[in-house]
Amino acid sequence: MARISIEQPSRRLLLQGVAAGGLLLALRLPAAAVEAAPEAKYGADAMPHGVVRDPHVFVSIAPDGIVTILCHRAEMGQGVRTGLPMIIAEELDADWAKVRVRQAPGDEPRYGNQDTDGSRSTRHFLQPMRECGAAARMLLEDAAAARWGVKREEVAARNHEVVHAPTGRTLGYGALAADAAKLRPPALEAIRLKDPASFRYIGKGELGLVDNFDITTGRAVYGQDTILPGMLFAVVARPPVFGASLAAVDDGAALKVPGVVKVVRIEGTPAPAKFQPLGGVAVVARNTWAAMQGREALKLRWNDSPHAGYDSEAYRAALTETSRKPARRLRDEGDATDALAKAAKRVAADYYTPHLAHAQMEPPAATARIRDGACEVWTSAQSPYSVRGEVAARLKLPIEKVTVTCELLGGGFGRKSKCDYAVEAALLSQAMDGQPVKVVWTREDDIQHDYFHTVAADHLEAGLDAEGRASAWLHRSVFPSIGSIFAPDPKHGMAFEVGMGLQDTPFAVPNLRIENGEAEAHTRIGWFRSVLNVPHVFAMQSFAAELAHAAGRDQKDYLLELIGPPRQIPLPQGTEPTQYWNYNEDPRKYPVDTGRLRRVVELAAEKADWGRSLPPRHGLGIAAHRSFVTYVATVVEVAVDDQGRVSVPRVDVAVDCGFFVNPDRIRSQMEGACVMGMSLAMKSAITFKGGQVQQSNYTDYEVCRIDDAPREVRVHIVPAGIEVPPGGVGEPGLPPFAPALCNAIFAAVGKRIRELPIAEQLKA
Amino acid sequence: MVKLRVNGEDRSFDGDPAMPLLWYLRDELALVGTKFGCGVAACGACTVHVNGDAARACATAMGDLDGQQVVTIEGLSNDGGHPVQKAWRSQNVAQCGYCQAGQIMQAAALLKQTPNPTDEEIDAGMQGNICRCGTYQRIRAAIKAAARGAV
Ligand code: FES
Ligand code: FES
Repeated sequence: MARISIEQPSRRLLLQGVAAGGLLLALRLPAAAVEAAPEAKYGADAMPHGVVRDPHVFVSIAPDGIVTILCHRAEMGQGVRTGLPMIIAEELDADWAKVRVRQAPGDEPRYGNQDTDGSRSTRHFLQPMRECGAAARMLLEDAAAARWGVKREEVAARNHEVVHAPTGRTLGYGALAADAAKLRPPALEAIRLKDPASFRYIGKGELGLVDNFDITTGRAVYGQDTILPGMLFAVVARPPVFGASLAAVDDGAALKVPGVVKVVRIEGTPAPAKFQPLGGVAVVARNTWAAMQGREALKLRWNDSPHAGYDSEAYRAALTETSRKPARRLRDEGDATDALAKAAKRVAADYYTPHLAHAQMEPPAATARIRDGACEVWTSAQSPYSVRGEVAARLKLPIEKVTVTCELLGGGFGRKSKCDYAVEAALLSQAMDGQPVKVVWTREDDIQHDYFHTVAADHLEAGLDAEGRASAWLHRSVFPSIGSIFAPDPKHGMAFEVGMGLQDTPFAVPNLRIENGEAEAHTRIGWFRSVLNVPHVFAMQSFAAELAHAAGRDQKDYLLELIGPPRQIPLPQGTEPTQYWNYNEDPRKYPVDTGRLRRVVELAAEKADWGRSLPPRHGLGIAAHRSFVTYVATVVEVAVDDQGRVSVPRVDVAVDCGFFVNPDRIRSQMEGACVMGMSLAMKSAITFKGGQVQQSNYTDYEVCRIDDAPREVRVHIVPAGIEVPPGGVGEPGLPPFAPALCNAIFAAVGKRIRELPIAEQLKA
Repeated sequence: MVKLRVNGEDRSFDGDPAMPLLWYLRDELALVGTKFGCGVAACGACTVHVNGDAARACATAMGDLDGQQVVTIEGLSNDGGHPVQKAWRSQNVAQCGYCQAGQIMQAAALLKQTPNPTDEEIDAGMQGNICRCGTYQRIRAAIKAAARGAV
């Protein structure tokens, strides 16, 4: 059996590689290699290409004083193009009005890691970007001191100029830029950071978004918007069933469509195909419309696929059955079996969540041009360096011969971590002798050929003692793994999957067992905002409220009792598969801290005026979770009318993400997470029949609109000093929403929801 | 031959009359501010004004546009100074921003017809425009701010 073929980086690097899109070989690491792994690396240090803090890389200053800061992480709505440059500008003591932001191309050796997912950008780059800005400021001070021939200690930067205190002389940044550009940056130990008490941008949330003007005037450029001279447009007919190859194509009619230039076959890659395209037949044309018409006219025949039997109804039954049988144990404390047998009261429940499509507003698109043996790509990608890697591998070019210009992402949510669309563009440019070709995915392509959020069945059992306290807790989750796109189907959850809301169950129950059963993947599974936290937390936090009800207790009080006293939960640090992943952060720096979890529960409850009197058929529900090393508690007020229609007049979200940079974007991420939570709780599901996706557009894969979104989301941020390391923000708002909503529905009308989406479940 | 005006300029088109305005704007005129979201009039990303009314460019055939006036986000104002654009900036409405050109065009049309919309009128007017990032709360606030002239 083929084992390690390339290198043996540390286990953590490999684990990281899954989320980061690196090669996934860890699955096959022999145990001895795991034991012998060098000391674990965490956080940014564990990411490919780590961090770069060189001010000459990120900052340039023009003679007129305009400071241009490069943003090397992908902007997909989380506000990173405002946040990271704000950190540099803060330490640089720049006047924000004179700051411009440019997007870096995909080049990790130069900029450090660019893989924008896992809610990592601020978490990993707050410190390096502070150091980068401070180093730039020190270079300007050095240049001024040299110019004036004065002591270094006598000068200080202040709001875009350097001041010589004894004489009051000043020099603007623009006047010093050329000199500063020639200086070597200070050593890391010599960098003097600002006192956080003097921050004027960080933590304030008063700066407008850097892309505000372009977005509101239609000038903002996304991957769908690339225009190049002589460009052609393509759409691709992909296999209707995952794993099916093309048997035959008749393109006679397609080639007769005015504007169609060529029909090109794209070879699929046998599974596991990672981010390589599904294959199929592309129609290349003079405009998108002609390409679409050409595709309609293709006559295609596909070979059978081993996944042609994929049927969501049957699959659900099988998953649920598996979830009721003992499975691989990930945590086992006390004796859950015995405690369940002896419990005064037993409660059991099954939860189910379907596949989801990301359905980000901008369907995938990429443009490629090949000239002089080099391939240029323009696209929206969460991981531009992996675009280079995948394109280079497919075209058999060295990675240096592939460049990626990073456009704005019209939403990502994990979909644009997988760059199959960019590889398609490169292959089509190659087929057109290097002419620029833009591949446009239609919404139907996007919904039908996504890397789907996994489907999951979660089985929970608990035992209560005579006082209603939980004496036993069993949570067993079964879901097809994302690992199946990287390696032969592991059939069990990877460490990062079971580490999201399953293994890290934060409850103080003496007899606790966590298990993960076996499931096979029959489609491309990929990470979707918050990933496995979505099903696991829906189950865990709904079940907590079910126990409260069984014990005749208040949901919030009971949740706090389950969480137990403030403490750090020691999670398994053993070997695969049971080692706790901790979002690849150092457990000493980022422990699972139940004190912080309690605090967000208490804050959300207090701000929501928990227990307030409500109109009939209204109810409050609460749920809380730590994910991406950030703590979030959500209180939903729901109204269910007598027709079973659900509305959410108000949500209170308490978030503790440690030290924070831009509270306005924390709020917007929590607001957005509640809307996405409402979509997946109420409406969205991808189902398969005969191996084919049954949905195709926003008409049948529904998401929230303005009239059914939560009306008001109030966000309460726990203040934190610089000594509290930053947590993620893009994802942690999502997991608690659906269980909080369902707990609220139970409080409003006494109906327990155990399956998402709610759809018609409350209709009479 | 279809003759129309786009953002005040005379244009003529003699291609496939079934071609949606969306692709004419994006692929032929390089006016890519009008976005492609669904292609079936279900998301509002492609919203433009035809003779002053909001219309979905993906569901408007070129053949039906002879003699019509089309305004896109690029033509809503020449300096980004339309009250709706200003309100959008003051509320930091956008997340990814992809839906926002359509939202702004829809909101501008709504406010022209209903200068002081109630929540229900905002719901009805904006219901066809999806924002997957979930900026609805700020869209509502921005529409109200623009209506009050508070920008
Ligand atoms: S693209 Fe026209 S409504 Fe969606
Ligand atoms: S801002 Fe991203 S879809 Fe609306």
